[in-house]
Amino acid sequence: MKYTTLALGLLLAGPAVAETPVLTVYTYDSFVSEWGPGPAVEKAFEETCGCDLQFVGAGDGAALLARLKLEGARTKADVVLGLDTNLTAAAAETGLFAPHGQAPKLDLPVAWDDPLFLPYDWGYFAFVYDKTKMTDVPSSFAELAASDARIVIQDPRSSTPGLGLLMWAKMVAGDDAPKLWADLSDNIVTVTKGWSEAYGMFLKGEADMVLSYTTSPAYHLIAEGDDTKAAVAFSGGNYMQIEVAGKIASTSHGDLADQFLTFMDGEAFQSIIPTTNWMYPAVTPAAGLPKGFETLVQPEKALIYPAAEAAGLRDKALAEWLAALSK
Amino acid sequence: MAGRAFQVRHLAGVAAAALLLFLTLGTLGAVIWRADAGRALGPSDWAAVRFTLLQAFLSAALSVGLAIPAARALARRRFVGRGLLVTLLGAPFILPVIVAVLGLLAVFGRSGILATALGWFGLEPVSIYGLHGVVLAHVFFNLPLAVRLILQAWLEIPAERFRLAASLGAGQREVARLLEWPMLRAVVPGAFLVIFLISMTSFAVALTLGGGPRATTVELAIYQAFRFDFDLGHAALLAVVQFVLAGAAAALAFWVAVPAGLGAGLDRRVERWDSRGALLRLQDGVVLGLVGAFLLLPLTMIALGGIDAFAELGASVYLAALRSVGVALAAAALCLILTLPMALMISGMQARGGGRVVEAIGYVSIAASPLVIGTGLFILVFPVADPVALALPITALVNATTSLPFALRVLVPAVREVEASYGRLADALGMGGLSRLRLLLLPRLRRPIGFSAGLAGALAMGDLGVITLFADPNKATLPLALYRLMAAYRVDQAAAAALLLLALSLAMFWIFDRGGRVDADA
Amino acid sequence: MLTLEQISLSRGDFSLSADFLLEAGTRTAVIGPSGAGKSTLFDVIAGFTQPQGGRVLWMGRDLSDVAPGKRPFSVLFQDNNLFPHLTAAQNVGLGLNPALKLNAADRARVAQALERVGLTGFEGRKPGALSGGQQGRVGLARILLTARPLVMLDEPFSALGPALKAEMLRLLAEVLDETGASLLMVTHEPQDARLIAGQTVLVSGGVAHAPVATETLLDNPPPELREYLG
Repeated sequence: MKYTTLALGLLLAGPAVAETPVLTVYTYDSFVSEWGPGPAVEKAFEETCGCDLQFVGAGDGAALLARLKLEGARTKADVVLGLDTNLTAAAAETGLFAPHGQAPKLDLPVAWDDPLFLPYDWGYFAFVYDKTKMTDVPSSFAELAASDARIVIQDPRSSTPGLGLLMWAKMVAGDDAPKLWADLSDNIVTVTKGWSEAYGMFLKGEADMVLSYTTSPAYHLIAEGDDTKAAVAFSGGNYMQIEVAGKIASTSHGDLADQFLTFMDGEAFQSIIPTTNWMYPAVTPAAGLPKGFETLVQPEKALIYPAAEAAGLRDKALAEWLAALSK
Repeated sequence: MAGRAFQVRHLAGVAAAALLLFLTLGTLGAVIWRADAGRALGPSDWAAVRFTLLQAFLSAALSVGLAIPAARALARRRFVGRGLLVTLLGAPFILPVIVAVLGLLAVFGRSGILATALGWFGLEPVSIYGLHGVVLAHVFFNLPLAVRLILQAWLEIPAERFRLAASLGAGQREVARLLEWPMLRAVVPGAFLVIFLISMTSFAVALTLGGGPRATTVELAIYQAFRFDFDLGHAALLAVVQFVLAGAAAALAFWVAVPAGLGAGLDRRVERWDSRGALLRLQDGVVLGLVGAFLLLPLTMIALGGIDAFAELGASVYLAALRSVGVALAAAALCLILTLPMALMISGMQARGGGRVVEAIGYVSIAASPLVIGTGLFILVFPVADPVALALPITALVNATTSLPFALRVLVPAVREVEASYGRLADALGMGGLSRLRLLLLPRLRRPIGFSAGLAGALAMGDLGVITLFADPNKATLPLALYRLMAAYRVDQAAAAALLLLALSLAMFWIFDRGGRVDADA
Repeated sequence: MLTLEQISLSRGDFSLSADFLLEAGTRTAVIGPSGAGKSTLFDVIAGFTQPQGGRVLWMGRDLSDVAPGKRPFSVLFQDNNLFPHLTAAQNVGLGLNPALKLNAADRARVAQALERVGLTGFEGRKPGALSGGQQGRVGLARILLTARPLVMLDEPFSALGPALKAEMLRLLAEVLDETGASLLMVTHEPQDARLIAGQTVLVSGGVAHAPVATETLLDNPPPELREYLG
């Protein structure tokens, strides 16, 4: 009897499955990995949408944008998730994105009014160190440069955090950025291709500090019960990364895409973020942040360039960085 | 008539060469076709060119320079564990960059073994970061390859020649001049070229151990043009520069190389009468000890680092490993399918004429930028098919072509030797086509074939792929799973995955290589 | 009947011409100073080298487009007559089928041929494990089995001692008797020619001369041969 029902169910479900609309979301690779938010997000959204949510992964945020540019108007993406404010100006320039038309109440330290892109999480860049190994912790770029602390950073040309640090230093030092980098150069052990290499080197003891996020120690605390890692709030503030998603204008699943963006800043999605992406959710869940997040350091000021300004400063800042560190 | 016969006989070889050109120059063409006029080369690009050439030259020179005494010691000594050592020595070459770098740092890094040891004597640790670090890492990667290429050539000197030399009362020095120098003259330029080209397209290693943007290679400049500036035209221009440099290097290496022509023997076991002195034994022992320690210590650190979390590895990692094994086997098969016809075609042509051209085509695949290949393939595939669905086959294919030059390197001279020694006999007996392949070439080429298949498989296993743009998120390979673990802070599990990857790659290489080295006369 | 029809060939200083025929059933030696072109003549007839002018014919059939393995000749070289990775039996079996696809009857014939040359029990050995004489016998066993109408030898058994070599030539003669094949043998030993060949082709001065009776030639050598014989 049970089997008959099951078979009947399958028969009935068959055509329904065939007609299930597919929502294609382009995102970066670590979002869709088993340890990222992807699997839980997919499950939660599919429970409500009557659709098939398919993630397509491509490297990191910058690779994602490059792929989108290569595909152009023929892209199969309905939604692109995983750009940050350093990329949104270039992304908007492609003309591929449609206004999101949403107005969720965001818990960001800064105001948000971008009509094309909607944040889903955010964090502060910060230098992370080991409390048991380092006591005299520099608390500003100037102190860091003056100290003999050894740091690992990422290359802005190949890494999102690397680019974040570049903008951070530019915002703090302005026209003195070349001098700041020159002063920092003897602290920099090396520059890596991506975040993973740098963080791995830090954990292996190659450097005293690594450029990461203020939320990084939360992973060690919550997942490993290890409270030795900490991030530094720099006087003058820490630069922010805001990760966003946008709807592709040419999508044939416009309603579904809208539904996904609404879902994205809703309770289910947002409560998945902190312990999978290890970032702050864009909208704090009703139950608050997971235990352990309250121990994280709070920067005194949230720094960020508006997207258009970031795009304009980028090339100059990179040239200064290259010149200072190539000596 | 001769021309047509040639074409028919070498149709497969021509097809393989064409596929190779498509994957390298064709993909570059696709990028150019898609690009708008890009930025011209600037001072920073020329700085990258200079640094690329310098580090590649030093890496190749040092790798080959160290490989000669090491290969000589391995060629003339028999000791317990020699086979294992030869296999283990191959490991660094097939490691994913991030794993190898962390392994090296565990030895040479700030809190590595070396720094600790120096600390016992009250000495300051030596910094690994800088040009010397880049070269050190490239030697770590490529020394084993150089040793294998040169050792292979050493073992192909027939035992009869050593016997003849011994009968003439030749000592070590005379044997070197009579037999070993001509062999080196034939094999070293090729080995140098291969390592030069590999080091040329390096970028993550060069950046990480180079200590910063001083160590910008052309490949990194391509990466920047592609993802930072999205200037496809500039990326393509840099890729062209890379090809031109590679072409110049190849022309030089071919010009220097002289075929050895040491002939065939009766597969007797090589006895070495010229190297029995105690001093020579000591010398070989020291060389092997140092090279072994340099290559094996970082590997040991990787293995030790991975043991703790090994039990924590989830099913998905093993599934990824299974997928990688499949990709590796496919790459090994594809590599042979592509290389054998090409090797036959090249050996059938003038050693200094057309053969060189086809052989050069084989090398194009190492000079090609993986990023450009991946992007070009994406541009070409996207309009007609879903690139994601093709991600794994493309990984296998591209890795097969990456290992193709190494396979050619060992197969072409071997085919020439076989044809020179037994070609007439086979002709006289009417052994053509498949029976010649089955009864003459395959059995005589077992060693280089096993080596090639093992190398292709192992390389494919460790490759993150040209597919970062379009990897299938649900079908991760083991290296991708490793990177994902790292990106998710799971450094210990990533270390365990690295150990798994290391073990699988070695096993793959060992099985193929062993299969090829089973004594043909047993 | 082998016909060399106005064969000509030149490379730099070297040139060779030949225009004669060898009757079926004859045994012919080819002698001459080293470098005169004995081996080149051998290669032209066997099909490894294409002449620039002229044709090689067998029984009136033009062999110009016939690959070496398809010519009605069995060939033994100075060395490398056996594949080191194949057993004695396999090396012989190649004479029956170059793809080594042998049925039971074929295998029996291989065993028979090996028995004929006194190598029973050595079927499974590889050349590396055979003596020089035994290797020569394997080669002869293959010739016996191929039973082609012309046997061509290029300085065969030159690595063997006089007694062993004489024994090989005797065995060769027996094989020729049994198969009725003709012989063409390049050699630098007049003694070999006397032993087995009724007629001899002298290669000297860029010309392969028409064959003459071996005894006559060696007993009254022309000047260029006298110099070579010393």
